[in-house]
Amino acid sequence: MPLLDKSDIAVVGGGLVGAALAWGLARAGLKTMVLDGADLDPRASRANFALVWVQGKGLHAPHYALWSKASAERWAAFAAALAEDTGIDVALSQRGAFSFALSLGELDGLAAELEQIAIETGGAAAPYEILTAQETRRHLPLVGPDVVGAAYSPADGHVNSLRLFRALHAAMRHRGVDYRSGHAVERIEPQGNGFRLVGAYGAIAARRILLAAGTDNQRLAAMVGLHAPLKRSKGQILVTEKCRPFFEYTSATIRQTDEGGVMIGDSEETHTSAIATKQEISAVLANRAMRVFPCLAELNVVRSWAGFRVKTQDGLPIYEQSASHPGAFIVVCHSGVTLAANHALVVAPQIAAGTLSTDLAPFHSRRFHASENS
Amino acid sequence: MLLRIREPAEMVTFSFDGRHVTAARGDTLAAALLAAGVDTFRESVVGGEPRAPYCLMGVCFECLVTIDGIQNRQSCLIEVREGMVVNSQLGARLVTGCADR
Repeated sequence: MPLLDKSDIAVVGGGLVGAALAWGLARAGLKTMVLDGADLDPRASRANFALVWVQGKGLHAPHYALWSKASAERWAAFAAALAEDTGIDVALSQRGAFSFALSLGELDGLAAELEQIAIETGGAAAPYEILTAQETRRHLPLVGPDVVGAAYSPADGHVNSLRLFRALHAAMRHRGVDYRSGHAVERIEPQGNGFRLVGAYGAIAARRILLAAGTDNQRLAAMVGLHAPLKRSKGQILVTEKCRPFFEYTSATIRQTDEGGVMIGDSEETHTSAIATKQEISAVLANRAMRVFPCLAELNVVRSWAGFRVKTQDGLPIYEQSASHPGAFIVVCHSGVTLAANHALVVAPQIAAGTLSTDLAPFHSRRFHASENS
Repeated sequence: MLLRIREPAEMVTFSFDGRHVTAARGDTLAAALLAAGVDTFRESVVGGEPRAPYCLMGVCFECLVTIDGIQNRQSCLIEVREGMVVNSQLGARLVTGCADR
């Protein structure tokens, strides 16, 4: 029996992306429902590295560099609004980040990429410095002798992403979002004045829908005339025992959490669908981390995990409303933490108003058709 | 407090926070400390709360102590040895070269 739904919009997916958008939609005054999968479904929201990261993003895609930078700048207001709704402090820290180079070739590569992004954005990208080994050591006396230099940008930071996930869910509840777990959507059937979302739970009718289903977006998009080509990207993370603060900044590969544990990450495998962690990948991660901070060798690793990134073919987000099925929106992105502020404070109000801004046009999936045809 | 069900055949002695403790050879360090009446092994990392062993099988990490200068050892997995110098693990461990804050 189809459930008659009184919601204005149904969000498919309750991870960081879906939850940030659903909270934003509810704040914009929409009666919002979230259909989420099961606890054990693949969830990037529970495997991520928790960075609010701008540095190096958007090479040959200046719109993405600026979109990421804008979200990082919005993050403090976003965190404050979340705290106001929930009382939860997500431990936002934006003191800047280092990208460490272990060879001069790596350092030259970092410098060339950041310079290119600065040129392509007409100087509007986040500021950065390229530091020599000595300058890096002056900021961070604990780096090892293999570090030949680093890139530093003050725009980057990190949060406690598990607390962010919890805060978003508490905030949704606070705003009256109808959240339903165990509601994996198997099929979307467009109807005269909306959509039927069908699954093992039954069927739910919604006038508008927003796909924010992570790696399941590719499958669901095709049902409402959208296109979300994903590629496989598995990342693995090591976590050490908690220790006293020794690294108050962050980096893309090593960060110390607000509670003291050290996370070591940024592996990428593209040819596996197995979720299990692999010891040889852990060894590479640990080895590189110990070359950056030799003191990490003392620490015990207490856990490791792997997850699948939500990565489009070109690594950039997709924001789009279906042309063939108006009222069906999709958001696909890898950086669910960094972009959470934009999603809640910018994208959700636009979806609530019924139209995505032309600023988001470069993120339309037509770019994939162009490259597939060429 | 734990009670021994038989007299130890062979004794070892060690120190805990400067205090002299006697145990049976073959005891785990956690069992030896509990049998000696120690009910606070460490202070927790985030809240500084008093903690004692919970699982006694290597899973919960509640029994952490510093042994002969090495921090964050799981006392439930280590056999007590003559002359061990054991200290409470107070808060998070230090990383070498990092100032004690």
